[in-house]
Amino acid sequence: MLLDALREQLHLTGTKKGCDHGQCGACTVHIDGQSALSCLTLAVMSEGRAITTIEGLARGEELHPVQEAFVKHDAFQCGYCTPGQIMAATALVQDRQQRSAAEIREAMSGNLCRCAAYANIIAAIQEAQRA
Amino acid sequence: MVENTGKPLDRVDGRLKVTGAARYSAEWDVPNLAHAAVVSSTVARGSVRALDTAAARAAPGVLAVLSHENAPRLQPLPEKVGGTLFRGEGGMTETRQPLQDTAVHYAGQPLAVVVADTLERARHAASLVRVTYAEQPPELTLKSVSQRSLPETFVGNKDEKLQVTVGDPKAALAAAPVRLERVYESAITHHNPIEPLATIARWEQRNGGEFLTLYDTSRGVENLQEVMATSLGLPKESVQVICPFIGGAFGAKGWLFAPPLLTAMAARLAGRPVKLEWRRQDMFSVAGQRAATHQTLSLGASRDGKLLALQHDTQTHASIMSGYTEPCARVSRMLYAVPNLGFSHQLAHLHLPSPCPMRGPGETVGGWALECAMDELAAELSLDPVELRLRNYADKNPETGKPWSSKHLRECYERGKALIGWDQRNPKPRAMREGNQLVGYGMATTMYPAARRPAEARATLFADGRALVQSATHELGNGAYTIFRQISADGLALPLERVRFELGDSALPAAPTSGGSATTATIGPAALEACRNVLTALKRLAIQQAQSPLHGAAEDAIEARDGRLVLKADASRGEDYAAILRRAKLPLVAATASVKPGEEREQYSFYSFGAVFVKVRVDEASGSIRLARLCAVYDVGRLMNPKTAHSQIIGGVMMGLGATLMEETQYDARTGRAVVRNLADYHVPSLADTPDITVEWLGIPDPHISELGARGIGEIGCVGTPAAITNAVYHATGQRLRSLPLTPDKLLRG
Repeated sequence: MLLDALREQLHLTGTKKGCDHGQCGACTVHIDGQSALSCLTLAVMSEGRAITTIEGLARGEELHPVQEAFVKHDAFQCGYCTPGQIMAATALVQDRQQRSAAEIREAMSGNLCRCAAYANIIAAIQEAQRA
Repeated sequence: MVENTGKPLDRVDGRLKVTGAARYSAEWDVPNLAHAAVVSSTVARGSVRALDTAAARAAPGVLAVLSHENAPRLQPLPEKVGGTLFRGEGGMTETRQPLQDTAVHYAGQPLAVVVADTLERARHAASLVRVTYAEQPPELTLKSVSQRSLPETFVGNKDEKLQVTVGDPKAALAAAPVRLERVYESAITHHNPIEPLATIARWEQRNGGEFLTLYDTSRGVENLQEVMATSLGLPKESVQVICPFIGGAFGAKGWLFAPPLLTAMAARLAGRPVKLEWRRQDMFSVAGQRAATHQTLSLGASRDGKLLALQHDTQTHASIMSGYTEPCARVSRMLYAVPNLGFSHQLAHLHLPSPCPMRGPGETVGGWALECAMDELAAELSLDPVELRLRNYADKNPETGKPWSSKHLRECYERGKALIGWDQRNPKPRAMREGNQLVGYGMATTMYPAARRPAEARATLFADGRALVQSATHELGNGAYTIFRQISADGLALPLERVRFELGDSALPAAPTSGGSATTATIGPAALEACRNVLTALKRLAIQQAQSPLHGAAEDAIEARDGRLVLKADASRGEDYAAILRRAKLPLVAATASVKPGEEREQYSFYSFGAVFVKVRVDEASGSIRLARLCAVYDVGRLMNPKTAHSQIIGGVMMGLGATLMEETQYDARTGRAVVRNLADYHVPSLADTPDITVEWLGIPDPHISELGARGIGEIGCVGTPAAITNAVYHATGQRLRSLPLTPDKLLRG
């Protein structure tokens, strides 16, 4: 699986393993700019495609606006689902549409946060889509 | 100097967490690491007759197959660790060590561990192991079970007896003008942190002996160190447990030790470091659970709503090899002024996985039963639910007679009512609608014991002006790195960026398992004391230095201010910490502290309180219940960081929502196998379930708990929420639902 290849072979452990069944969203990455579940993607299926993980989001020391907004709004606690949340959120806001809280709730419901920082995740995404 | 403590600062580990750089237990890059996969029992009761591992051992890449046939012999677990009773009825954990015999006590019990050079090869080889069982019919229900007991105490705590009678509740109930007896039931639920359990175990030779390093998902690194050393027959110093980040715990990852023991045994057998990451489905068998409960609440009251008697009897269950007892009367024993109070806990042993604490153990489901019963009594008496609670307001602890350390619950009720618009609702059930949906309002009281435990810390000042404070506590999303850095910076009179706080390593000064909402009250004072001690050491250095402006001054005439030691009487006379160290040609000065709660624990009863008010919408056509709005006000002492505290409280509220509306693990009634064992079937709240939440706190420091005035906040949000929602469903529909979770089928069944 792409998730295991990232974590075990490339030692890119920012992408998280939560369920191996595509049910929690912790393993979300971008494949050719679109949000994708790396636990349901075979590594060989991604041959020749551009994969971005959480490690590739910041530009050096400068965080992506979604990362900044997550810190500012405390949109996480334990931090384990956070890379997946942020990858899903960055894919969501890249079209620069202004989504309502209701639309964000629906779009982000595939990413589970057991610490339930959800109210803060909505606030963070609303701020990031204004950035 | 600006105080850091109490400020809503961003998490100091935020950058690590949003960039994927925070390192969790399965992510350590250990050279020559091998991977493990587990073979689990498919039956719930019986024994292993034969274990055929030939095909697995011959599979490519396989290094070892660990089973009862070749597992190292383990010593029994200690009877007690750090004051917590481990074994026996009412004890915290499993009495049986893994892979020491052929017995099978639950489906999903680990029977073998296959180690291979890659994860894929380990998984494949595990699928080749063939197990033959001598099967027996499992006992799986509370009603039919043959083994029952009445445990004396909860985990050996003399202050937490599980069978108690104050006054004569039986006679008082019989004589009460108004009587109410109701049965409330709750389902088995699972913590399901998004990070599954994981351990990396590495054996080395150090100083002529064996040394074991464990990277484990543990919120009790000291405890685990002791358990591993005892079990493996090693000196404690020969085991180190490391865990700088935990991906959520909620009661798991603390008290069940088979996973790290299996990994350590597998690594010894394979002769290589081994990683064992448990799969999501395993989280329903080896990670602990909240047991199901069957609770009978009996209330006796006068016609004007004064409680005369309260009896709370619980039936619950543990596994065959654990005596853990969900302490359901934790709220009933203290919340209301009632002269005749009784409670009991009957424990059944079932062929199911072992239970353990889950956020608000006892309080979440026991408090739910009590606060639902109070709502029923209020309806019976035609009293406002808040008014009934005020008429029974406890000015002292009804069980012990001790005064509260600090209690401002009345203010919580008042503010909560205003926030939700309580007095604007139509109090009649089934009287409010929005469109096609019934609308209801409900409330409940919440509480949480304010524990404080002994702890140690060390503070170090370096000659380059930086400082380090350390204690073997844990970061599990609670904001430990952040708040203890805030507290330490203030303790050292240094800016936040010059201070680091380290945790999550058994080699650091001792700290207890992070649980029971006790971490802030426990570690905060230890960090502060260590800071004071290191400043005292520095003062003594300066006093002795002939060139120091503080030379010859009295120790108590000197204070720390803005990174300098100065004379209290003349702040212009002094110098910065680094100058003193440089003059002494010292790279650093360090001091430790060991602190514990004192006499105040005998004098006062320590609790946090709160009031939860909710609005629900119920669709009677589909049976679906949605939490629309929640307003809760908490009396939790002084907050160390309102930003992280707010997150922790709303997280607790959401877990309470999950327990109320959706969370339920089901085991097959004949085989005992988990039927629900993934995150599509086990529903946890998602973003779409998130209501409009307003939480507030009074911010009144507790004058007795510690100099910080802070009580814990990890669990109180989870307590109270279930009853508030259930009572709101009654207000919306006129139906009393008495079985958690409140799934649509129960509402439609009527």
